[in-house]
Amino acid sequence: MTTTSQEVERPQQRSQLSQMRLLGLVSRVRELGLLIVLLLIILVVGIQAPRFLSINNFEQILLSVAILAVVAVGETLVILTRNVDLSVGSTVGFTAFVTAYFFKELPQSNLLLGILLGCALGLVLGMLNGLIVSFGRVPSIVATLGTLYAYRGLVFIFAANTTSQVNASDVPVSYLALATTQIFGIPALILIAAVVAIIVGYFLHASQSGRQLYAIGSNPEAAQMIGIRADRLVFGAFAASGLLCGLAGVLWGARFATVDATNATGLELQVIAAVVVGGVNIFGGSGTILGAMLGAIVLGTLENALNILNISQFWLQAIYGAAIIGAVVLDAFITRWLQRSILARRKNV
Amino acid sequence: MTTSTEPIVELKGVAKHFGGVQALRGVDFRLFPGEVHALVGENGAGKSTLVKILAGIYRPDAGALKIGGEVVELRSPTQAQSLGIAVVQQEPMLFPDLDVAENVFMGRHPRDRFGRVDWKRMYREVDQLLASLGVSLDPHTPVQGLSVAEQQLVEIAKALSLRARVLVLDEPTAALSPHEVEELFTIVKQLRERGVAILFVSHRLEEVFAIAGQLTVFRDGTHIITAPVSEMSTEEIIKHMVGRELSNLFPKGEAEIGEVVLEVRHLTRPGVFSDVSFLLREGEILGFAGLVGAGRTEVARVLFGIDRAESGEIWLKGKHVQIRSPQQAMESGIAYVPEDRHQQGLVMNFSIAANVTLPILQKVSRLGLVDPRREQKLASAYAGQLRVRSTGVEQLVSALSGGNQQKVVLGKWLATNPSVLILDEPTRGIDVGAKSEVHRIISELAAHGLAIILISSDLPEVLAMADRVIVLHEGHITGEFARSEATQERVMFAATGQDEML
Amino acid sequence: MKQFIALLKTWEALLVVLLLISIVLGSVLSPYFLSAFNFYAITSNIMEIAIMALPMTLIIIVGEIDLSVASVLGLSSVVLGFLWERSNSMTLAIVVALLVGIVAGYINGFLVTKLALPSLVITIGTLALFRGLAYVVLGSQAVSDFPTAFTNFGFSPIPGTELPWSGLIFAVLAIIFAVVLHFSRLGRQLYAMGNNKEAARFSGINVSRVKLWLFILSGLLAALAGVIFTARFSSARPDNALGFELEVVTVVLLGGINIFGGRGSLLGVVLAIFIVAILQNILGLENISGDIQNLAIGLLLILSVLGPNLARRIQVVISRRRLAVGSSRQV
Repeated sequence: MTTTSQEVERPQQRSQLSQMRLLGLVSRVRELGLLIVLLLIILVVGIQAPRFLSINNFEQILLSVAILAVVAVGETLVILTRNVDLSVGSTVGFTAFVTAYFFKELPQSNLLLGILLGCALGLVLGMLNGLIVSFGRVPSIVATLGTLYAYRGLVFIFAANTTSQVNASDVPVSYLALATTQIFGIPALILIAAVVAIIVGYFLHASQSGRQLYAIGSNPEAAQMIGIRADRLVFGAFAASGLLCGLAGVLWGARFATVDATNATGLELQVIAAVVVGGVNIFGGSGTILGAMLGAIVLGTLENALNILNISQFWLQAIYGAAIIGAVVLDAFITRWLQRSILARRKNV
Repeated sequence: MTTSTEPIVELKGVAKHFGGVQALRGVDFRLFPGEVHALVGENGAGKSTLVKILAGIYRPDAGALKIGGEVVELRSPTQAQSLGIAVVQQEPMLFPDLDVAENVFMGRHPRDRFGRVDWKRMYREVDQLLASLGVSLDPHTPVQGLSVAEQQLVEIAKALSLRARVLVLDEPTAALSPHEVEELFTIVKQLRERGVAILFVSHRLEEVFAIAGQLTVFRDGTHIITAPVSEMSTEEIIKHMVGRELSNLFPKGEAEIGEVVLEVRHLTRPGVFSDVSFLLREGEILGFAGLVGAGRTEVARVLFGIDRAESGEIWLKGKHVQIRSPQQAMESGIAYVPEDRHQQGLVMNFSIAANVTLPILQKVSRLGLVDPRREQKLASAYAGQLRVRSTGVEQLVSALSGGNQQKVVLGKWLATNPSVLILDEPTRGIDVGAKSEVHRIISELAAHGLAIILISSDLPEVLAMADRVIVLHEGHITGEFARSEATQERVMFAATGQDEML
Repeated sequence: MKQFIALLKTWEALLVVLLLISIVLGSVLSPYFLSAFNFYAITSNIMEIAIMALPMTLIIIVGEIDLSVASVLGLSSVVLGFLWERSNSMTLAIVVALLVGIVAGYINGFLVTKLALPSLVITIGTLALFRGLAYVVLGSQAVSDFPTAFTNFGFSPIPGTELPWSGLIFAVLAIIFAVVLHFSRLGRQLYAMGNNKEAARFSGINVSRVKLWLFILSGLLAALAGVIFTARFSSARPDNALGFELEVVTVVLLGGINIFGGRGSLLGVVLAIFIVAILQNILGLENISGDIQNLAIGLLLILSVLGPNLARRIQVVISRRRLAVGSSRQV
């Protein structure tokens, strides 16, 4: 009697094992799904308009999302901890303006100095966010809503006291070149975004602190119980987000040449769309840089497709919105379906 | 089984109170390496308070705690862990989005010489850990997809990786299937061989006999007895668990029992309870006895419309009713005083009056606007009837004692004029004086014709109050006793799933 | 009632002081401040935000949020203009514009209550979706050829007074909302839901249905604000009120409504509306641009939460020290 029941147990165990492995793959499914969506878009649009399929066009797409991608990397770090940074647009706008102005006023200065200035400013703004959220215990949505306004106001004050606009002719060619140079045939912007993504992605994967960010977002109480210093890590995430916004601002100034105080208004929406579509859970605890990057690329491809198909650009915002909603709805359904099938399987055990 | 002579954990005179309730009264307790020590007692005996003190979550008001022979003051769970104490709570505290291996090693990831997380080594070590426990779980599995049993195993693996000297299992088998329980016990035996001290808190006496060497009984926050399991019988254990004077409780008055008000037929909620059927009459107090997790609250939730049953029928006053929401339940005349008065029963930031009138706002409103005077009048009437001690019905309920808070919840539901009143652990966490008052109130209500279901884990309470007792065990009705037949032992036996005592 | 009064002793009192300070400041800084015309300007400028802040207050009290309000405003404005151009019936255009608001609110409510999705993300999505649809409807055009009656309604004061029509609408709505929130059954239920969703449910409140209606109400009032906005500027454009949602949330939070729900009063929100309006007006009179005015608003928002937090922390530290000193004295 016992032998037969044991024999019955083991095959069940084995099939359970493979099912468990499959569940583990589900998290990868999101990135896979994005790739499929991307391929679908490419196919559908490519058939209608073959020039969509050119390498040059793909390069254009990547260029158009490179700066957004840099910001999205920072936003991902923040969202992983169950927070949100709504001030990214203002931070990028601020650093873009200040950096461009710096190069306008001191055109002889070292390129690196200007870049560091922009990044440093971004870092400071990010750390301010971190202080308010971590140590002031202000909910991040309120805090970054406030700094969204405050930082944007600061840009305007800065502009009022210096110049209303910095033009391409005002800044040294070396600065503008940041956006146009190519290294080994690949535009520097794309390379920078890729390098940033790889570095931060690696950090999230390979460092203790990176893994702890996930823990904080996944179960804050459990994280506290095992002694994780959540306030320090959250501060760090906001600081990093600010730093990356600073870098993005530097690149923005180089790419868009004409810079004024309204730059990057509304960027936060695009960033959150990219991140959410990319599978980063708005409640924290799961998501990857790769996913966020793919999300940005998918949205950038959609925008490019609209262009190529001569569909009015005015559909773009609506598509962003639909993408966010669709992503959240899809995620919710998948999670619930999974939970139900797990429960059902367990009842059979 | 090897036991050394020095206890690894020693408590002397440890006491802890919450509000007006004394959860632990000067208990002494010792735990030795290499033993499986069972801690038994009814709900409210102080078991989980002891566990939380060991876990570093609570600090004792009095007494000393020694770990490994050294006096310590446990200030945090992290500190307890560093001293080698691992606690597996009833609700596992894991990170659902991360996989098994990371949950085991979070915060202490193995690292290579560059300081990077060494994933390969981590998976290998967790594999080994799990294998040493005889568990075939893939370390790559996300914890979200695991069953409670598997999550517990992850917690145990975590404890092992911490080189815990003490492993506390708090009601570990509550959600496990018999097969999973066996697997757990195999692991426990292995750990015992390795010299780990294991504290096994449980209700289930058959499991205690299967796995434990030593047994300690707590009752009302007091240490009653510690003895080798081999020297105790089930009857003796139960006697120690429940043996209590019944005299300090309010005796139930005589009530005239009338027509059938509620009839439940074959109510089933798969995985939760099955084939629950019973009758309830006017003026009757029907006790629902059983252990935590037996399904009593779940039945109540279905009767109140919070959850839905998959099959079965509910008949109220001879009519078949469909109860799909609390609103419908109230319209049918059912009222439910929930288990957790903080989370479910009261809005802590509201006044007494606001809480009492919340389900029946239309009764104190005119043209949709709340009439403060009518509200005050109604609330004062009920508060007075129930003798709620407060500075007035405008006082916030958060300022009241537990007993008075419970009376407010009672008043709230009485104000809905129900024909069936379900009370879920109505005297949990309140002091003796308030308890007897609540009992008096319940008796009076029955005397006035209200049909009452009394869900309680307090055996003397059930036996003193109920006209009939229904016992549930793991979702099934295992016993039904009239007042005259019900004894503590009989009820306990049915509640723990034992065969009938002869 | 006593609860209500006790509440007034805290945040609302502070707001009254702030309001008085800002009025004094305004009159000191500029001779134009206390003029009737300026009063009209202050009021009419803030009315769309004020109207949208009313349902937003209720939504935040029950623990949700609606970031799509400004987009609904824009969409309804665009629909208004579009229909006016093509049908020449102002009545039809207004009715449909309001309907658009209701539908938009229903979409939000459905996603949040029936599908149980987080309102923060959903309304960020609908913020983009509705604004996007506004662009699709009108593109880069604007409709500005509106009938005089309509533009008078938006631009001229009520005859014989210095009050804009929108001010009257807001006043009526504010009174209704205040009565509902603080004196009615529904209001009691809203506070219960925001304080303890479980207990509210256990008390027979249909939490889902109430929230659904709140979102519909928010959409409707945002559409109303859209009609008013269009009348005031005599222009229906897709980028109308771009970014206004943040200001709406700001006045609600500044008004003392707790972002986590369950607490705050409508009086506080009304006070906050006027404090912000006056502040913007003062800065405007000093020739400080709108974007810099936003700096002040952003700071206000942060301080409104940070301030009490820090105050509490300091209190705790002080009381701990007092305890320590006290116990050492006993020894």
